Amino acid sequence: MDELRWYTYIAVFGSFALYFAIAWWARARSTSDFYVAGAHVGPVQNGMAIGADWMSAASFISMAGLIAFLGYGGSVFLMGWTGGYVLLAMLLAPYMRKHGKFTVPEFIFDRFELKAARVVAVICLIIASLTYIIGQMKGVGVAFSRFLEVKYEAGIYIGMGVVWFYAVLGGMKGITYTQIAQYCVLIFAYTVPAIFISLQLTGNPIPQLGLGSTLADGSGVYLLDKLDQVVVDLGFNEFTTESLGSPLNMFAYTLSLMIGTAGLPHVIMRFFTVPSVKAARASAGYALVFIALLYTVAPAVGSMARLNLINTISPQNAEALVYEERPQWFKDWENTGLLEFEDKNNDGKVLYSADPVKNEMVKVDQDIMVLANPAIANLPNWVIALVAAGGLAAALSTAAGLLLAISSAISHDLVKGIFKPQLSEKSELLTGRVVMTLSIIVAGYLGLKPPGFAAGTVALAFGLAASSLFPALMMGIFWKKLNGRAAVAGMVAGIGITMLYVFQHKGIMFIPGTSFLGALPENWFFGISPNAFGAVGAIVNFTVAAIVFRFTAPAPKHIQAMVDNFRAPGEANQKVTEH
Amino acid sequence: MKNQTSYWRENLRLIFICLTIWFVVSYGFGLLLVEQLNQIRLGGFKLGFWFAQQGSIYVFVALIFWYSAQMNKLDEKYKNGEQKNG
Repeated sequence: MDELRWYTYIAVFGSFALYFAIAWWARARSTSDFYVAGAHVGPVQNGMAIGADWMSAASFISMAGLIAFLGYGGSVFLMGWTGGYVLLAMLLAPYMRKHGKFTVPEFIFDRFELKAARVVAVICLIIASLTYIIGQMKGVGVAFSRFLEVKYEAGIYIGMGVVWFYAVLGGMKGITYTQIAQYCVLIFAYTVPAIFISLQLTGNPIPQLGLGSTLADGSGVYLLDKLDQVVVDLGFNEFTTESLGSPLNMFAYTLSLMIGTAGLPHVIMRFFTVPSVKAARASAGYALVFIALLYTVAPAVGSMARLNLINTISPQNAEALVYEERPQWFKDWENTGLLEFEDKNNDGKVLYSADPVKNEMVKVDQDIMVLANPAIANLPNWVIALVAAGGLAAALSTAAGLLLAISSAISHDLVKGIFKPQLSEKSELLTGRVVMTLSIIVAGYLGLKPPGFAAGTVALAFGLAASSLFPALMMGIFWKKLNGRAAVAGMVAGIGITMLYVFQHKGIMFIPGTSFLGALPENWFFGISPNAFGAVGAIVNFTVAAIVFRFTAPAPKHIQAMVDNFRAPGEANQKVTEH
Repeated sequence: MKNQTSYWRENLRLIFICLTIWFVVSYGFGLLLVEQLNQIRLGGFKLGFWFAQQGSIYVFVALIFWYSAQMNKLDEKYKNGEQKNG
């Protein structure tokens, strides 16, 4: 076995052993441990856990790749996936923590007093979380199949087993402490290669500054100017100004991701684990610091990866790469099918161009950019091994958080809240663990489905969170008189229009050929892509709620008093374990 | 009750200030005014591009910490009337 494989085994299995040890040490003994880690987590620790919870395979593996190929257009992901924390810190988290319950649907039920509201919230939560887990399972499958050279399916099974062990055993408590370890692994794995590459290209070890520095080749040209020039020479749009659709689309896209982020239950839930309102606000700040560490490095990784890729296969003022002399990473990724070359003009050289007729790099999957980056830059093998462990940490930590959100929604809100209120704490804990096991099986099964399915579902996850949960929670806090019927009408309208829009352009349940308006941008409403439609859904939600409110009685006095209570200063209410 | 109302008012004022800045740095500088700002350079960055991919994120972090600090002060100020609520 070669050196790289040894390093990879050490990094991956070493990190797994660490997670197992932590899970065993922090196993859950009560429902309070299982759902909210006993509400004893400090703000810095919680910030780190939120960071790992939030940064998924998409952030770790895909985002820099998206930026590499979208350029300025990739900004929607950077701003969208960070700006939501400002909304969380100011509009949702402190009040929901003050109220002091276990789950998001429970908060909605307390505030609106309608079982329908709770059920709608549970359904949104399950669809949003389940679709999100599929992406994580795929990330695990890809990382395993590339780095440990096992089958993609086997990779998914191993991932399922690992998550099952520590999520089911530890609940929120185990997950929290494992996520702290996973954050450290993933941020180390992300920044170390970035520092190396930034040093190579610009001589500046800090990637955020390297991105704005001159190249180290003595030319005195700024890195971004150079990148703009080489991509334009190949026929692409200028990197630093390339837009993602119309300005309105970028605006709506960013807004959808921001309010979607703020409305995702697995993130909100983490704010229930801290002991006070003050700690809830502070942990949003720390969370964003830890997230920003990766998110401000990502643009540097993306741009530098693009530049390195072009310099390797199609350097300026030099001969293009001869296919037979291609580097090892090129062959490795060809084997996975994520990189494809076709010698169209039979000259044996690689021609990379924006023109689809001439271009011979027929497939460069954006997901390989982060994983292949260290190899493209000729970094040592231990750095490449580290990236494998980091990608797995990102995918597993997010999957665990999502599984917990699903199992708590089913065991606490559906089984205990609606069907069987007399359920004992011990049975509830068992139900939570059984539901979590079933969710892992469903997510693993869906992860084996064809790739188009996973891609389409991401739009749905953010669309649902943005168009239903975020507006309902925000209005519940800021609009004291809003009643349950208006809130439910708003949620249903918001979800309805968003799902209709996503399905009409992407197919019903993403089955090809069932999209009744076609996927073409010409058919989009004001040029807004389906992924960016959550913002419109949210506006519909607010509007419908306001209209229904005019024709119904305002919320009763005791509800208004409750709203006053969670808006008021003071200690957070105790978690109620017995009903 | 009167204390509570003014606490909430002051909170809303802080939120309004923060979200205005939040909007200006991301949607304003990063998206709507990006072309104008790109005429200005910040080292190797075009300024609009920098706000969209770096600057807005730094401002978001600062905003949350500033808001938290201000709210802690408010909590202190209104503490006495609230003991019974704990």
